[in-house]
Amino acid sequence: MAQVEGQQHPLGIYFKIWILLFVLSAASYMVDYLHFVGWLRWFLIIIFMLLKAGLIVAVFMHMVWERFALVYVVIVPPLLLIVFVGIGVLEADYTFFARDVFFSPNNFVIEAHH
Amino acid sequence: MTQTSHATTADSTELLRGTAGVIADWSSDQRAFKRVPWGKAMMWIFLVSDTFIFSCFLIGYMTVRVSTTDPWPNPSEVFALTMFGEKIPLILIAIMTFVLITSSGTMALAVNFGYRRNRKVTFILLLATALLGATFVGMQAFEWTKLITEEGVRPWANPLGAPQFGSVFFMITGFHGTHVSIGVLFLIIVAVKVLRGNMDDERPGFMTGRPQRYEMVETMGLYWHFVDLVWVFIFAFFYLW
Repeated sequence: MAQVEGQQHPLGIYFKIWILLFVLSAASYMVDYLHFVGWLRWFLIIIFMLLKAGLIVAVFMHMVWERFALVYVVIVPPLLLIVFVGIGVLEADYTFFARDVFFSPNNFVIEAHH
Repeated sequence: MTQTSHATTADSTELLRGTAGVIADWSSDQRAFKRVPWGKAMMWIFLVSDTFIFSCFLIGYMTVRVSTTDPWPNPSEVFALTMFGEKIPLILIAIMTFVLITSSGTMALAVNFGYRRNRKVTFILLLATALLGATFVGMQAFEWTKLITEEGVRPWANPLGAPQFGSVFFMITGFHGTHVSIGVLFLIIVAVKVLRGNMDDERPGFMTGRPQRYEMVETMGLYWHFVDLVWVFIFAFFYLW
């Protein structure tokens, strides 16, 4: 064959990313194993998650080597999900508040109305 | 030069890069996705839609978890296993994560050896990926059985706390497990096609009649890596939260 078809890259990069994914997975497991809590826990979980997702999409799914016409089609629409998450948080907080006020068995105000 | 796709070898012209390239590709009055076989472009479009499905599940999960006033069971304890006389937190899920990442690695290598036209190694790597995927599904079946029979968790009830835990758990892991199972089936199909030499001889496909090429392995790989990608988010949000 005169032409090499498709995405062809040296094997080394796959092994490097593979090892990195193992290290990141072990790190995110350690977050739980070592009982990190609060903001530190969330920060570490999100960082390790985004790094793993980024490495898989960029190298294993060959996104860094694709043309931007395809990259934008894949990457841009999911950004809308951030808005969706925001709406979900607002709605959930409101529902929690309403449940706490109206359905909590310890709420004496509700008892007084009965 | 090394990235020219077989399907578009006719483009010998140099393509523009960066933002100018995006505009040129989309306004070219031809195919928008240059140097990408259509099967791969369509797989990407499908994966974007699947991203939204899984995102809806995860955002729905976040909403019910934040809004419930019942206590949420601690996944670290629920998915702990007693190994070597010691209770190790979340160990089952950690092993499942490593199995899936290993399978992603073998898949990436399979794609690479496919393009090298190494029929046998590609077949073995695809089969290894399928076996690791089946192992993952098997461990998930074990996890479900434990939760259903020992803990009494149901999609509509949960003796450990918030009933939403049961609904969300079976919904999200079930949908992901289905994706893995379908992936295993397709991996076996693609592996057999590779072994038979369908890609080397470019034999017409069973369904489409189009010549089969090693690009199929890459398209299969995109789906498999996506399944691993979804697990990254499920692991972070469901098991580590």
